[in-house]
Amino acid sequence: MIPVKFDYLAPTSVEEALAALGEHGDEAKIMAGGQSLLPVLRMRLNAPEVVIDLGGIDSLRGIRDDGDAIVIGAMTTHHDVREHALVREHALLISKAVAEVADSQIRHRGTFGGALAHADPAGDLGAPALALGAQFVIAGPGGSRTVEADDFFVDLFETAIGEDEILTEVRIPKHTGWGAHYEKFVRVAHQWPIVAVAATVRGSIDEARVGLTNMGSTPLRARATEAALAGASATEDGVREASQLAAEGTNPPTDLNGASDYRKHLARVLTGRAVLKAAGA
Amino acid sequence: MTATQERPAAEIGKDRRRKEDQRLITGRTRWTDNITLPGMLHLAMVRSPFAHAAITSIDVEAAKAATNVVAVLTGRDFGDELGACINAWPITPDQKTPPHSPMPADRVAFAGEIVAVVVARSAAEARDAAELVDVEYDEQPAVLGIKNALEDSVLAHPDLGTNKSALWVFDSSEAGTGGDVEAAIQQARTDGIVIEREYRQQRLIPAFMEPRSVVVDPTGEQLTMWSATQIPHILRFALAATTGVPESKIRVIAPDVGGGFGGKLQTTPEEWIAWAVARRLSKPVKYTETRSESLVSAHHGRDQVQTLSLAADKDGKVTGLKVHLDADLGAYVSLVGGGIPVLGAFMFNAIYKFPSYRFECQTVLTNSTWTDAYRGAGRPEATYAVERLMDELAAEVGVDPLVIRERNWITHEEFPFTTVAGLEYDSGNYEAATARAKEVFGYDALRAEQGERRARGDRVQLGIGVSTFTEMCGLAPSRVLGSLDYGAGGWEHASVRLLATGKVEVVTGTSAHGQGHETAFSQIVADRLGVPFEDVEVLHGDTQVAHRGLDTYGSRSLVVGGEALVQAVDKVIDKARHLASHLLEASQDDLDYGGGRFTVRGTDQGIAIQELATATFTGHNYPEDMELSIDAEATYDPVNFNYPHGTHLCAMEVDTETGAVTMRKYTCCDDIGNIINPLIVAGQVHGGLVQGIAQALWEEAVHDDAGTLVTGSFVDYLLPTSADTISFDVLHTEEPSVCTTNTLGTKGVGEAGTIASTPAVVNAVVDAVRHLGVDDIQMPCTPERVWRAIHAHDGDAPTPESAMPHFEEDAPNQDPTAGQGAGQ
Repeated sequence: MIPVKFDYLAPTSVEEALAALGEHGDEAKIMAGGQSLLPVLRMRLNAPEVVIDLGGIDSLRGIRDDGDAIVIGAMTTHHDVREHALVREHALLISKAVAEVADSQIRHRGTFGGALAHADPAGDLGAPALALGAQFVIAGPGGSRTVEADDFFVDLFETAIGEDEILTEVRIPKHTGWGAHYEKFVRVAHQWPIVAVAATVRGSIDEARVGLTNMGSTPLRARATEAALAGASATEDGVREASQLAAEGTNPPTDLNGASDYRKHLARVLTGRAVLKAAGA
Repeated sequence: MTATQERPAAEIGKDRRRKEDQRLITGRTRWTDNITLPGMLHLAMVRSPFAHAAITSIDVEAAKAATNVVAVLTGRDFGDELGACINAWPITPDQKTPPHSPMPADRVAFAGEIVAVVVARSAAEARDAAELVDVEYDEQPAVLGIKNALEDSVLAHPDLGTNKSALWVFDSSEAGTGGDVEAAIQQARTDGIVIEREYRQQRLIPAFMEPRSVVVDPTGEQLTMWSATQIPHILRFALAATTGVPESKIRVIAPDVGGGFGGKLQTTPEEWIAWAVARRLSKPVKYTETRSESLVSAHHGRDQVQTLSLAADKDGKVTGLKVHLDADLGAYVSLVGGGIPVLGAFMFNAIYKFPSYRFECQTVLTNSTWTDAYRGAGRPEATYAVERLMDELAAEVGVDPLVIRERNWITHEEFPFTTVAGLEYDSGNYEAATARAKEVFGYDALRAEQGERRARGDRVQLGIGVSTFTEMCGLAPSRVLGSLDYGAGGWEHASVRLLATGKVEVVTGTSAHGQGHETAFSQIVADRLGVPFEDVEVLHGDTQVAHRGLDTYGSRSLVVGGEALVQAVDKVIDKARHLASHLLEASQDDLDYGGGRFTVRGTDQGIAIQELATATFTGHNYPEDMELSIDAEATYDPVNFNYPHGTHLCAMEVDTETGAVTMRKYTCCDDIGNIINPLIVAGQVHGGLVQGIAQALWEEAVHDDAGTLVTGSFVDYLLPTSADTISFDVLHTEEPSVCTTNTLGTKGVGEAGTIASTPAVVNAVVDAVRHLGVDDIQMPCTPERVWRAIHAHDGDAPTPESAMPHFEEDAPNQDPTAGQGAGQ
């Protein structure tokens, strides 16, 4: 497992990283925690000439309170996100989902921003970020811009981040007091989810947000279910009925772990379970 | 001569921690890939992406021009010097065996086959240059899947004219070991029960932890090969037989080897290519495979379609079993590949007194990775079939699955018992193992809970699975192997050397790759010879040190290799007695041996074995008629297999909404005779169970229609970790039925857990949902397959084909997977 030879750059500021990216263009690949990139390089599925490691940029790491949102630096590890009190208090869904990412070793190396920028539809963080209406702060040669979650995920492994841009932080609007649950369905513990559902609710139930993992080429919102849940009571029958709409508009893949129709069935069942748990019912 | 030696309490039966573990776990040891020789070159293989193709041309110029590349060689560059990969077990005289070059020059027969090798000064440079080798292929139609292969419309090897390699048959009426199975089935159709099923043994990948690695040093008088192999002795023999190098010029070393599970019971193209390149260039070379290469090109296991008919009377007493296997060899008949399903031939009747039995095995060639031994090798497949059938029979009769087994099993008073397959089981006590397992499992309480859940219509249903297994292991009596046309014997060799300082070197012809031989064998010698455990050094895995041996597989090391060791130790004591009598000036008849000392009966005179060892070193004083040595060696050829058995009980919860299955409880009571080291046995059972459970629930090697291995990484080939399993109750019977054909009374345990656990798990899953109309779920029992099986009849799951694969009225042997076998 030997990658093709590449040059390695380790900038210490975002400006330096952007300059390197500008210089090397599409010959360069950004590395955050490396938990997806390194296997790809080692299996020679990709062979960038330059790897730009963001690990030396301290300003990209950390979590802070910013009024109506919490802000998670892109290079903050899953482990640190999981442990952080601000996240638990204001974005419980993120805490719950991050706890389910891969295994402990990967959570100590992999980063919050790296996973979102990688945009694997089976990744655990897209659905909760979408459900919570996260905002993605992206730095480029002309300065920073902010992209709403609905516009961030474009396609399989494709986001709104331009080739000359870097994701620097993710703003999560505070959902203080909202119940949350991430229901992940796997065959073995270290597997990517076959389907997962990220649900968060205010009251029981005044308002609900439901994100779906691996139900299409990007993370998806189960909007019909959300609408049906708004103002509903958190009874098993009511929630299950609303969850019957969870697979609407999805186009899940067929692979060794399940056919598309089975995944749709799972999405309905798991949505019901996730919402009930989020509502504490 | 009065030195007294503090003797520890008996070593045998003690939970000794393994003395080899520190170096194995930390990796500060001699793994093959850790070996670096002066001037060593590195190899990278170029492999075919196509399952079946003619090689039109290979352009190596760009690769040759790459940095630090020394050579790029293809099949055409080698003649006979490349040798051949051999099949050592042709199961019939007319077996079709395609020629198997380590690096074919003209045609590839599976995706992953090697077509060129790049030699460079570093592994990275070799890997880079391998991508520059430009191979043109003319793709040919590929045959994948057993059912497709049987049709013979597309041929894996066109020159053979058929995909059918061999048909091997055993019939109890012809062998005189039982009655006519067809008559039994006819009778049962009239006034009894006939259970007909088709079970699929999916293809598995051994997935040992240490990838295969080989180093060849051709410098000097001898050629030395280090290889991550289970079989250094067989490897040496095969190198000599196929490459023209005299065996005496070949030294093969299996240094520390990180697991095998049968997957390193092979002579590989990679070894042969490394051998040829090193000889061609007169330079040491190393090749270490990547995990991706390992999954695609190290041999796979299992892969059978089993067509089964079980006949019984109305009370569930079995009157006959008919078995037809179709077994996928992959692209070539590997070292013992054809024989693996035949090893199951004697085990379908398991612990039962079936009066008639017929077994047929048709092996077929396909354009897929070749198959061979994988933990259990033939016996897990047989055990799965019969234990699934016995549960089905119980359901048909309407009695508890344990009752149906009791009605058919050999009772403990009936041993020794000659089975319908012609084996003589020497000992066993199925009643005792079952009673103990049942009690610890809490069988009755779990049955009661199952009933309550069914009555309540719980979303999560509970099932209980039974597997009462036995196996034949300790490969093997050489004459029996000869009668099966196996290419080698089954004996084992050991020698015991007493060093001048009183330490003991033990040499075994078995070749440990994680089993803990160094510890267990030290315990045996410590007790038998009466020396401290710490003073025993076990040497193995180097043909120059262990000059005779047949290596490690088939749960043979302890029961065959251990017995050879006992015999060698006994010879040491005999020789030492002569010397002791001389030095103590006493008659041999007056000497007692115990605790490492000869003592003169009725006196306080004595001499320790270590002192005698020193006396043979100095040679100052010894009898005229004695050769100056107390070292000894022994070769032991077993007179029978041995037959461990056990009762395994598994409780599984099935989520009927999602199909997810969760293990609730697993209890096994294995009777493996006397136990040398309970800790090592527990490790073998735990690991074995997980490997068998993994076949039931998780693992499956899948090729697509083009012959590409879809499960080519651990992302798709699902290996369980400790996070996916529970703690098992591992028990043994209070009074084991010891093996009567070896001194230690031991039976093999290396494969037991794997053989037993698979049907216990699937039986439990099926039992949980049988009331919903399910009588089978294809392995691995994925949530999707379980869900489709449950909802096949209620319209909730519209495409049931992958979950309900089996017999339907008037349509025998249908395969809903359309010959793809591996599913999907």
